[in-house]
Order: sequence, then C-alpha cells, then structure tokens
Amino acid sequence: MKVLLGMGGAEDSLDALEETVTRAAAAGDELTIGIVENPESDRTPEQLVAAANAELEAVGLDADVRQLSGDPGSSLVQVAESEAFDQIVLGGGQRSPMGKIRLGQIAEFVLLNSHVSVKLVR
Amino acid sequence: MPDERVYPEDVAGEFPRPPTEFTDREDREIEVRAWREHHDADSEAFEALVEMYVDFDPADRAQGVPPVGETRVRDWLENLLEQDGFDVLAWHGEDVVGHGTLVPDDETTFELAIFVHQDYQGAGIGTELIEALLGYGQEHGAEYVWLTVERWNRPAVALYEKVGFETASAESFEMEMAIRLS
Repeated sequence: MKVLLGMGGAEDSLDALEETVTRAAAAGDELTIGIVENPESDRTPEQLVAAANAELEAVGLDADVRQLSGDPGSSLVQVAESEAFDQIVLGGGQRSPMGKIRLGQIAEFVLLNSHVSVKLVR
Repeated sequence: MPDERVYPEDVAGEFPRPPTEFTDREDREIEVRAWREHHDADSEAFEALVEMYVDFDPADRAQGVPPVGETRVRDWLENLLEQDGFDVLAWHGEDVVGHGTLVPDDETTFELAIFVHQDYQGAGIGTELIEALLGYGQEHGAEYVWLTVERWNRPAVALYEKVGFETASAESFEMEMAIRLS
C-alpha cells in the first residue's frame, strides 16, 4: 500500500510516526513522510526530519522524507491525490487537561477535504 | 491568565456555593456537595464515582471521556484528581449520579466538564450541578472557565448558555465556550 504520513510536530504526530513506520516495515508499505509547517507546533521542520530519519533507521526502512511548503492540510491532500496514494495517516488528536480528545486543525482539514482514505492513529 | 480564547466581557453573577439540596423533576431528593475531604483515589466517594462511570451509557460519551471499562475509568479519574482541581458530586442517597469538575490550566483558568448518569438526565440536575461547581470555583479564585462541546449536542449547549457561557471559538469540530467568573 502507498502511504503518506503527514507530520506537523504535535505530540500525536510522533506517535503516528512510530506506529506507521513499524507497520510499514511489517506490511511492506511504500511510505512517504510529508513534513508540514504547523503553526501550533513547537518543533521545527528540521527536527521532524531528524525524528523521521531516526525512526526509519531504527527499523531499517527506506522511505521518502520531504518537507511540504504552503498550507499544511491542503499540501498533504494535494500530494496524496496527485501521486495516487492509497492512504493518508495523521496523529489522532491531543488530550485536553481533563482528558477530552481534540483533533488538530490539519486533521480536521484533511478529513473533510481528502478523497484519499484517512487514518488517525491513537 | 486568559489565552487566545475570547472570554465574555461581562463578569457572571454570583453562583450558589455548595452544598445545595433540591428535589428533581422526578421527585428525587438530590444533594450537590463539594468533594473536599479525601479528594483522592481511596475514598468512598471515589468508589461511588467509579460506579457511576462504569455504568455510564457509552452513547453519552464526549470526545473520548469518560472512557469505557473500569480499569480505564480508574486511570482517567486518578489522573484527573492528581491535577488538583475542584470537583462537585450530585448524590442521591448513597449513589453518585452526577459529577462536575474544574481542571486547572493555571491558578485562575480552568477547563470544565459535567456528567450526569443517564437515569438522572432531563430532571434539572445538570443545571444545579454546574451552578454549584461555578460557585465552588468562585469561592476559590477561579476567574476564567472554558469547555468544549460537540456542536450537535444541543441540550448541553443550551445548558451552558443558560448559566452564562458564550461561544469562544467555533472553528473546530467541537465548539469552545467560556465564562468569566470574577
């Protein structure tokens, strides 16, 4: 399966990275990691590229890691649709102090606008 | 300190301080009490609260809380209590039938949530519970209170509006509402 993992740098996108790389190695997915600029995130795109490469090396998987410019949600949808991906994977939201799950803005945009199936990782 | 969220300009009036007692619309005697003493995970109140949540209708969950199953309920509640916010419980005899909580972001700003057991909904308990919770918060210096609610949950939105919450942000799937207490 051709999988596009979108990473904006919030905590949930790091969980999604780990889960997706592990599953890609086991299932033989063709994985692309798209790093987007998330204004809600404290991590820089360079830090995310490093985190992605470290995770890939740990399991010995080869994947395309790229930085996507422009609006994060729409750039992910555009890449997924124009390059015939089977699935977009994103972090499944952050918890508020009292434990309620809230989806990030990127996930909300992608869910509503993507023609490609979307997977949220919890 | 308020964050980017928009709080109402007007300060809400004084809310009743717990304990409060009333007869609900089903003629049941209900008492709302602040959970001060033994506000921890090995008290009788904690066990009564666990019991309410284990029996909670999964269809009444909101944004993943309360979780399903006793182990997850206990983990969630223990984590909630460790944050040292303010909690009120609605009691019917020995049973906890409602829970309201203020979880701190900082000393003056709190996230609010209330839960009423399905057998006790639609009887006016939610209003009494949230008013006592806000009164309890006022008593202890809470200034800003916010919450999130799924926008299709009209009964909940109506209740929050009735006690003075206003929409703070409506850009996400769930709506954010806020109130200024002092």
